[in-house]
Amino acid sequence: MSEAALTPSPARPARRAGGARVRGESRLVQAILIAIALVFLLLVLGLPLASVFVEAFRKGWDVYLEGLSDPDALAAVRLTLLVAAIAVPVNVVFGLAAAWCIAKYEFRGKTLLTSLIDLPFSVSPVISGLVYVLLFGAQGWFGPWLKANGVEIIFALPGIVLATIFVTFPFVAREVLPLMQSHGTADEEAALTLGASGWRTFWTITLPNVKWGVLYGVLLCNARAMGEFGAVSVVSGRIRGLTTTMPLHVEILYNEYNTVAAFAVASLLALLALVTLVLKTLLEWRYADHLSANGKH
Amino acid sequence: MSVAVTIEGVTKQFGAFAALRGVSLEVEPAELVALLGPSGSGKTTLLRVIAGLEEPDGGEVRFDDVEAHRLSLRDRRIGFVFQHYALFRHLSVADNIAYGLRARPRAERPSADEIRRRVGALLDLVQLVGLEKRFPGQLSGGQRQRVALARALAIEPRVLLLDEPFGALDARVRKDLRQWLRDVHRRTGHTTLFVTHDQDEALELADRVAVLNDGRIEQVGTPDDVYDHPETPFVCGFLGESNRLDVEVAGGQAFFNDKPIFAAPAHNARGVANLYVRPQDVRLVEPPNAHGLAGVVAAVRRHGAIRRAEVAVTGLARRLEVDLPSAVAPAVGETVGLKIIRATVFGSG
Repeated sequence: MSEAALTPSPARPARRAGGARVRGESRLVQAILIAIALVFLLLVLGLPLASVFVEAFRKGWDVYLEGLSDPDALAAVRLTLLVAAIAVPVNVVFGLAAAWCIAKYEFRGKTLLTSLIDLPFSVSPVISGLVYVLLFGAQGWFGPWLKANGVEIIFALPGIVLATIFVTFPFVAREVLPLMQSHGTADEEAALTLGASGWRTFWTITLPNVKWGVLYGVLLCNARAMGEFGAVSVVSGRIRGLTTTMPLHVEILYNEYNTVAAFAVASLLALLALVTLVLKTLLEWRYADHLSANGKH
Repeated sequence: MSVAVTIEGVTKQFGAFAALRGVSLEVEPAELVALLGPSGSGKTTLLRVIAGLEEPDGGEVRFDDVEAHRLSLRDRRIGFVFQHYALFRHLSVADNIAYGLRARPRAERPSADEIRRRVGALLDLVQLVGLEKRFPGQLSGGQRQRVALARALAIEPRVLLLDEPFGALDARVRKDLRQWLRDVHRRTGHTTLFVTHDQDEALELADRVAVLNDGRIEQVGTPDDVYDHPETPFVCGFLGESNRLDVEVAGGQAFFNDKPIFAAPAHNARGVANLYVRPQDVRLVEPPNAHGLAGVVAAVRRHGAIRRAEVAVTGLARRLEVDLPSAVAPAVGETVGLKIIRATVFGSG
């Protein structure tokens, strides 16, 4: 998905120009292919999404609102927002720093660092959560010391934040890195020879050059941070009203056969996904134009 | 304001690759010097070392009597024009030019009015008045080049450095810009070094040319010097076109296949040597005599403004190229005599 976004827009008119006539498929084949794709999308994506909202409103607007205004549900929403509010900015800073040093400097172990950034993508989220339990849990490496000093990480907010940061780490770095690499270091060198400080160079040259990439990364990072289930479920301990995020809360309600409340909270998450999707499309639009307008030199 | 640039024994190594192997060069105030060499000769590295974008491994660079390594990049005040200009794409032409002035510490920063005035003056100098609100993406290659130069000049640099200033432009624009750069240099008087692999550019534009090869300076001199009196075989082969003949030297005469072909009184050494002769320094002579150089015309073709004959000479692997005066028109297959008017002989060590 990220690669597609980074392809400059000229690819699009080209695709449009090479229509059916050029490829030699008949209109019938074209129609059948499109129909298959649409039916598949409807079955796999459209129906489940619709069912979320149908289930949520099955017993009417009042019951829906009731499900959402339950104190535990509100607490889950608050916790989810808080976790995202911490994890996303942290990952923006880390992601920018990692992309910056990989794109602008030559050093030993660069390839290793690049693949480490991708690690969270390839590790199962449950493992990501377990790692923190092993480190900070009561039986973990630092467990006794943490307990002696009265610091709670596992089954508390810090653990959830840590697991979320781990899982969502690659998003910003992955979006920004290719942009920085394609820009090279000449712009920064130019700014430095013109007398700008390193800090000023970063704010006035490097960051504006990658701002659309950062925004795009933030969007994806945020969606994942709010929606993450596996890693968070391992470290959260699921104390209702205290350490349940929205996805965990949905599961708990569902397991209690409280379907309407479960789908009410789920509908919020689905809404988040839709908003993300719309923003992402808008950004891609904007972002592709930006890239192609300036990609000429 | 012009300063002298002194480069003394600068070395620079990139891993196993020696980019600079002890380069020394004196550039006088307000001089325009070309660093000319093939790719990989170290010319861009040298420019970047002077700018402070690369740290030399050894040797030093001085601006007048200030040691450059004592100055931070910011205090060096070098006007550097990058090969692909490195214009800030999200800033307008005016903001690009003003960048260096706005980046100064608050105490030294000119007022907004002063910045606007200076940007205006620079736009005037680079003939871009009216384009100040455009963005780099909306400019032609030549215009970008001029914005890059204006941006570099805005900081009132000690030294102006240009990396392949015309490399990315098409032939016509190059020619116009060369003239224009010469003009700007005359008006602003900055000590200027520029890197190029294009000998025409170097010879036409520069006061002096430093020819680099393999991390060393082969020769420094005026364009006439390096072209007419090359000091090394490399310079001879790199500047202009030449034919090379393996000769033997004895008693001030160069012999090719035991026939005397050129009197080389300046060359005292005896033994095997290389003789370099330019196509314009060979004459076709009517009767091929037994003692001179002779060959068979293999082809005659047009070479820009002149006609050039390729002559197959026995014992010479490559055909000898000879420029023809307009009155001379040898037929292909004709046997001709060749007289060398001027040549350079280097002992092949």
